[in-house]
Amino acid sequence: MSARAHGAGVRAARIEALSGWGLHPVETCRVHRPESLEALQELVADTGTRLIPRGLGRSYGDAALNPEGVVLARRLDALLDFDAETRLLRCQAGASLAEILEVFLPRGFCFPVTPGTRHITVGGAIAADVHGKNHHRSGSTAASLEDFRLLLASGEIVSCSRQQNPDLFWATLGGMGLTGVVVEARLRMRPVETAYMQVEVCRARDLDHLLALSEADADYEYGVAWIDCLARGRSLGRAVLLRANHATRADLSGAAAAAPFRAPVGLRPRVPFRLPSFTLNAWSVRAFNEAYFRAQREGSKLQACERYFYPLDRVAGWNLVYGRRGLLQYQVWLPFATAREGLVELLEAFSDARRASFLAVLKSFGPASDGLLSFPGPGITLSLDLPHTGADLVALLQRLDRGVARRGGRVYLAKDACLERERFFEMYPGAARFRDVKAKVDPECRFVSSLARRLGLVDAA
Amino acid sequence: MSERVLVLGATSGIGRALVRALAADGAELVVAGRDRAQLERIAADAALRSGRPVAAEPYDALCPESHAAFLDACFAHADGLDGVVLCHGTMVEQKAAERELAPALEMLDVNVRGSISLLEGAARRLEAAGSGWIAALSSVAAERGRRRNYLYGASKAALSVTLEGMRSRLAHAGIPVVDVRPGPVDTRLTWARGLPAVASPERVARDLLRGVRRGRAVVYSPWPWRLVMLGVRWLPASLVERFDARATR
Repeated sequence: MSARAHGAGVRAARIEALSGWGLHPVETCRVHRPESLEALQELVADTGTRLIPRGLGRSYGDAALNPEGVVLARRLDALLDFDAETRLLRCQAGASLAEILEVFLPRGFCFPVTPGTRHITVGGAIAADVHGKNHHRSGSTAASLEDFRLLLASGEIVSCSRQQNPDLFWATLGGMGLTGVVVEARLRMRPVETAYMQVEVCRARDLDHLLALSEADADYEYGVAWIDCLARGRSLGRAVLLRANHATRADLSGAAAAAPFRAPVGLRPRVPFRLPSFTLNAWSVRAFNEAYFRAQREGSKLQACERYFYPLDRVAGWNLVYGRRGLLQYQVWLPFATAREGLVELLEAFSDARRASFLAVLKSFGPASDGLLSFPGPGITLSLDLPHTGADLVALLQRLDRGVARRGGRVYLAKDACLERERFFEMYPGAARFRDVKAKVDPECRFVSSLARRLGLVDAA
Repeated sequence: MSERVLVLGATSGIGRALVRALAADGAELVVAGRDRAQLERIAADAALRSGRPVAAEPYDALCPESHAAFLDACFAHADGLDGVVLCHGTMVEQKAAERELAPALEMLDVNVRGSISLLEGAARRLEAAGSGWIAALSSVAAERGRRRNYLYGASKAALSVTLEGMRSRLAHAGIPVVDVRPGPVDTRLTWARGLPAVASPERVARDLLRGVRRGRAVVYSPWPWRLVMLGVRWLPASLVERFDARATR
């Protein structure tokens, strides 16, 4: 028998100052946390609420903020079923990738597509149609997603797949939680022989060298480059490229071979509180970047897959390093045709402005999914973490947004906190169709976020 | 050997955390609760994590006449049980109870009558089998009648006294009876109230299982509550009243 809450109806909410992972903006929200699917249904059926679903809060900006109502999905996290033959895992959407990995990696399965952190929920992965270091080969989350069940504003739960309600499927995939609440999904897991990666490290002198190396990625399933974006002039685009394949049993020896799924992941320190804002400045970041580059030896090495996939998860709460004002993460995608000139413009702008960023990340993408608001497409993506310094940084990013839009590129909504409405519609041609689907399933606009209001994705006031 | 454990109130916040912790240890579980749909999900989750069979048995704490058959069914699943954890419970806010008593009386039915009915049934079966353990979730609220929650506290005090007596009764059979007293826990009962220092359900589950392994009589969770309550128990009534008056002003 579960606890009964008397006098605390379905609207029971906590008033909380919330932000995304970037710690900016901060909004005071009514936060609901249903403990079961039934409680969530009751909450959505109560027409007095306006909601945005929120998983582990790893989107950086205002995608999971809404002063009128945020509904936390993290208690709806049951793993429901695994079919060893089809490798389909059915789970509630509040389950995190970390929890799933903890259960499945020792059994020889991992995700076909995984982003740079495992602390996201399955629902969040769908809402942002997340990508990983293997997008050029395997595509985004879409590729591993079989189907999902979506709780609509009407209170009805519908199944969505490529065959069933395809409009809703492709609107929800990358749809930032605005079509309803994904309550359950089926993902196809990928068998692996070991929990290790065979990683090939090489350095790129400059941007052209880096792009040439990235093109020759065919032998590697995974690839990611860390760029030093304080490097200027001839070494603009100086980078370390980490390419990898899953290690096979034959690659292991000694202790690792005896326990192929027990790869050591090392210490997991935690940033205890917000560090003062001056912690990150051009000098400290330059020193870090320099040290990082010197530490990377060229050649191949064996690495625990969790360390390769999730380098930042090693430091819990790393965003607190950015202090009170937080950070803006700027991730853009540029089609191959315009990628080089676009990247030069971006890297020069940041290095001219002496904007300190920890190693920026560059990856190449393969074909796009059909998600109406999905981010990736064939081309190159660059992302930077920038300490938030105020209006001048926002102005710089908005100026760069114009160049990105002109080159046919776009900004990643899961990271964004300052894109302008006009630019958004230029970057996302699928937005108009998204609005049509949204109007059909949610005419009263019960699902809304601060991001949706800012970008004009919904008509709500 | 993997343990066979019955979790009563498996759909509660702490119940779910407990089921997960036991599943991770490879326990063979019987999960029991009121809400059948939620119970099935919890059972599926536990089975996937433990790789062992998990049975789901719905029950109603408010219906003691059904408990004998229900417990028989639970004990039949794995050819007996090694442990029984009771973590069902409800809380009616004191203020609400003062406006309308009926829901508070129902709380007593669940927390006291329902719990005693199930614990007595479990004790008899384990005693007959000659081994096992019992743990139940009480509360730090059981230790002092406070203005802001004395009816809830009374229900937990009844539970704690029952456990104390039962411990004495089952000592000869080597069956430990563990009384777990958490402070405020991050569950639905506390969510909307935004209390400052709440323990995670996972923490309470961990403390409970450690208490069982070590055969503790009373477990506070997190442990500093032991010190806090030591102080609170010995405070003179006049002082407690003064604190309460200030807190409600």
